Order: sequence, then C-alpha cells, then structure tokens
Amino acid sequence: MSNEPLLKVRDLHTSFFTPAGEVKAVNGVSFNLERGKVLGIVGESGSGKSVTAYSIMQILAPTGKIVSGSIKLDGQELVGAGEPVMKTVRGNKISIIFQDPMTSLNPTYTIGHQLMEAIMLHTNRTKAQARERAIEMLKLVNVNDPEKRMNQYPFEHSGGMRQRVMIAMALACEPDILIADEPTTALDVTIQAQILELMKSLQEELGMAIIMITHDLGVVAQMCDEVIVMYAGSICEQGTAEEIFYNPKHEYTKGLMKSIPTADTAGSKLEPITGTPIDLLNMPDGCPFAPRCSNAMKICIKQAASRMRINEEHFAACWMNVKDGIQNGTIINEPEGGESHE
Amino acid sequence: MNKGSDKTLVDVRHLKQYFNINTGWFRSKPLKAVDDVSFSIKKGETLGLVGESGCGKTTVGRSILHLYKPTGGDVFFDGRPVKSKADIAELRKKATMVFQDPYSSLNPRMTVSDIIGEPLDIHKAYSNRAERQERILELMDQVGLNSEHASRYAHEFSGGQRQRIGIARALSLNPEFIVCDEPVSALDVSIQAQVINMFVELQEKMDLTYLFIAHDILVVRHISDRIAVMYLGKMVELADAAEIYNHPLHPYTQSLMSAVPQPDPIVAKANKRIVLTGDIPSPLNAPSGCPFRTRCKYACERCAESMPEFNEAAPGHFVACHRIGEI
Repeated sequence: MSNEPLLKVRDLHTSFFTPAGEVKAVNGVSFNLERGKVLGIVGESGSGKSVTAYSIMQILAPTGKIVSGSIKLDGQELVGAGEPVMKTVRGNKISIIFQDPMTSLNPTYTIGHQLMEAIMLHTNRTKAQARERAIEMLKLVNVNDPEKRMNQYPFEHSGGMRQRVMIAMALACEPDILIADEPTTALDVTIQAQILELMKSLQEELGMAIIMITHDLGVVAQMCDEVIVMYAGSICEQGTAEEIFYNPKHEYTKGLMKSIPTADTAGSKLEPITGTPIDLLNMPDGCPFAPRCSNAMKICIKQAASRMRINEEHFAACWMNVKDGIQNGTIINEPEGGESHE
Repeated sequence: MNKGSDKTLVDVRHLKQYFNINTGWFRSKPLKAVDDVSFSIKKGETLGLVGESGCGKTTVGRSILHLYKPTGGDVFFDGRPVKSKADIAELRKKATMVFQDPYSSLNPRMTVSDIIGEPLDIHKAYSNRAERQERILELMDQVGLNSEHASRYAHEFSGGQRQRIGIARALSLNPEFIVCDEPVSALDVSIQAQVINMFVELQEKMDLTYLFIAHDILVVRHISDRIAVMYLGKMVELADAAEIYNHPLHPYTQSLMSAVPQPDPIVAKANKRIVLTGDIPSPLNAPSGCPFRTRCKYACERCAESMPEFNEAAPGHFVACHRIGEI
C-alpha cells in the first residue's frame, strides 16, 4: 500500500436546486480519512455535515447534485463514476447509519428479513448462510437472544436495540468506512453510552474508519481522533481532537467551546454566539461567520479566509490567525487546493 | 450558590399520575407514569428534573399545572392546596409552562402578537386594546424579539426565535413559577446558550421559580440549584446540583452522571463510564420493588420485595435505595 489515504475528498461542492434558488449546502470541502481512524464532523443544523456524507455515498435528494470536486476511495474516483460503481461501493466499502433508528427500518418486515436482504444483496451467500451471518452480526453488536430477535419486527425493539440492528446491518459486509450520521442523538444518555462504547470496540476490532457526524461536542471528544468543524457549508477548522478542543483557532470554534455548559460553568453566564444561523440562499461574500463574529474585521466581510496551517495537524480558515501569525510567524498560508498536508 | 429563599412555593406530596392503557377488548391496565413523587421547590430556586425518556419527568411538570388531573396526591402552591376549578384557574395565572418543541407548540394560524396575547385574553388581564398591544410589545422586547415582527406568523421565525415567542407567552401574566419542559433540547448549541442565558436573566429580574426538565445533564447542571433524578415514574435521588453531580449515591444516578459525554477529549477518553446493561423496562410491566433493580449490579432480594423509602442520606441529599451505606 502506498501512503494514499483511504478516502480523499477535494474541493467538494454540492448544491440543491430549489425553486427559490441554488442552495450551496457544501462549499469547497476537502479532507482525508486514514484507515482505522475516527473523523468527527461537527456543526449546527444546516452546516452541511450530513450533505457531505450523503455526497460521499451519493444518496442525495433528487434536487441535490455534486457540482464539482473529487471523492477518491482507495484511489478510485467516485464523482461521476455512475450508479453501477456506486452500488458496489455502498454497503460493501462504505456503510451509513442514520440518526433515527425508528424510521430507518421497514416496519413491515422482520429484523432477520431486513438483515438477510442486505447480506444477500452484497455477497453471494445462500439464504441459510445469510441467516447464519445475520445471527453472527447480531451477536457482535451484543443483541441478546439473536435467534429470537431475528423473527421479531422493529416495533418490538427499543431505540437502542434498533440502532444496534442498524449497526449490524451496516457492518455485515465489513466495510472500510462507516459513516454514522448523528447515531445517538435520538437515544437516552445511558443508551448512548452503550452504543458509543460498542462502536468504539467494533472499530478497534474490525479496524474500519468511522466518519462521525454530530452536533454534540461531548460525543466528539469521546470518540474522535480528528475533527472537522463546519459552518454554512465550509470547513472552518480541522485538526486533531486535542488541537480543536484545547487550541481552537477559528472564531466560530472558539465561540462554540464557550457556549457549551460544563460542570465548571454552573452559576456563571455562558458566552453564546450572537445572532442566528446563516440563510444559505443569501450567503455573504466574505467569511460566512463574519455577521455573527465579535472579532470580525474589514477583510472578513470582503473576502473569506483560505485554509491556513496552524501546525502539522491543525488548519483553520480565519483571518484572526494572520493578525496573530504576523506577530509570532508560525502561520503559513497554504497553497490552493490544500494538498500540502499529505 | 443556593439562591432560593426559605419560602416554599411549590410543594408536591405523593403525586400519582396513572393513565389507563387499553390492553385488549374491555381490558385496560394502569400505566403508572408518576408513582408517589414528593418534592418541594423554594421561591426563586431552579429545580432540575432529569431522567430518560418515559421516566415521567414531563408528566410531573404537567400534573403540577393540572394539565392532567392527578390520580392521587396533593399539589400546594404558595401554601394553598390546588383542588377546585377556581384553584386551578388561579394557579394558571401564576404558574405557566414553556414547551419543548417550538415548532408544534405555536399555532401556525395565529400571529405572534395573538400567541403572546392569548393568556392575557383568557385571564382578561387588560382594560383596553391599547394596553394589550403595549404589553405584547413589552414582552417581545423582554425576550429579545424585534417588536416590529408582532404581526408575523410563527413559521417565519427560526427555532431559537420561536422558543423566545413561547417564553414571552409564558411571561405574559407575570408568573411566579414556570415549568420549562426541555426548552432548549431542540436548539443548536450556539442558540441554546442564548436561551439558557435568557432564562437566568429573567429569573434574576422577575424573581422566577423554575422546574427545569431536561435530559441533557450538563445543561441542567449549569442552570439548577438542586437536581432531582427520576427513573420509571419514581424519584430516586434529589440533592444540591454540585453534590449530585460530583457525589451521586443512587446506582442509577452514578451511571447517568458517568455517561454524560464530556466536551473535553482528555477527560472523555480517560473517563470510566459505568455502562448499564439492558434497556429501561416498560412502565406497563414495571419490576416489583425498586424499579431499577433489573439493571442494577448491586440488586439483592430486598430490592425485589419493596420499594425503598425516599430518605435523607446526608443533609439535603435524598435517595431511594435499600443499599445506601453498603455500596
């Protein structure tokens, strides 16, 4: 194997063409995902984190379209590759689990039927072999009494159980990448802890890479090696979890860190980000966060900052770094395309 | 940081709320959503109420306001029992509610000024139209809404702004007590902080008392003076916020507190979580004795026989567990 990353996304632009106009949901996103790593994508609703994932899987709504950019899986270009190629990718190489385990299973079929269907679609196992594999997968995700569970319908399972079934289904063909789109948002805290623990142990056992999409910074801190922070369709900051949490270099990330309540904030005021999230139909020319940024400068309103390198493992797109960087000389403006960190 | 005074504003004693669930033809079974819950809230205090979905925390809030007629038990407001229709009408002038979902709790066919003005209409709290309008604009200003938007409809606002409309409606009659039912859980992190700060500011300004219901423990820890934990219709622990967060006594609270995802990578990765096995049982088939015993690693025979009393284990720290002191 070369040093080529498992998944390489470059300058991805995805838009939705609505009657009201073009909504640029993803606006120039680039990142790498290495084998066996957990990458977190955080952002508010409408920041483009889910659309990024759906673009990788090419399961966008009919109005959505990848406008430009490149998505390379193991060196193979996926953008424009066509549906036959994507069918071999989905489920086999990249799997996805969704936020709501209540609605992502078909209520009219048994759990076993749905698991076996997925297995038989992607491998050439017989029905009996698929059944065996399905039971094996349910055991893997700690579902007790899997033989009995196979014949039950989704409504007979709790939210946590259904999410386990979804994970079992996603992992049945041993994908290289698991995309988890808000996998625990609909679950209770103690069930969330069970599912996260399960995902972490399966990831270590099977050596797959995970893209974890969430708005919960606590989940990111617990699970992720690397973090991407998104705002209004663009990446504002990217780095190791430690760098992002302890050394944020984008005004939005800094604001986000200050606005979450922790054990230490009790009795004091939180420092919220002012204003409301941006309207994607009316994007400003400059930095999308500038209208809400308390440190916005003249240049922020005129021109969006490009990706700047803070250090080997940390990038941020914020003009404040230039202001600081001129003093200590550590910031190097990256060339176009963001290729230099490979 | 206990900012509550000594005066008890809300006193709930042995509150029971059962719902009849049809289980077959002509057969029904009581679902014990809230079973024998007692607590009190002091004037100016924030009591946080946490627990998992289905544990009865929302039902407690609604039963206090008599949105459901309690099956048993008493609610005292400002020292007076709430029993008759007149009591309830009087209670609802002083005690209001902010709902979880800012999308479904506002009537899409009403303008913002009508939504905020509705409680004023019901309780006839103005003498002429001008006074009503003035009060509505004052309320909108108070919650940080642009008063020029009074004639707009709810769908024209973002989630955070809608929640502000809901809060303005709750404040319209100058209440003393507000039940906040998951008021920030549908909001994005940056907006959530704005709304939390507003709750704190309003409390300081208007001397409000809150029952703050949420499942996000870090939010509750931030805003509350004391925290109560519910499990399957029962209250299992109640203590000062810092105390219950740092030294939980009940095994359920211990696992709940350890499961909180800490927004700090080093802490989160080093954190020893007590991961519970199994799911929360159905409240229709609640286990005998202590409701938590099916998932509790300390459970013994006694736990199956009887529900432990809700006793004071340390000053101000109440817990319902047979094995307190042993574990």
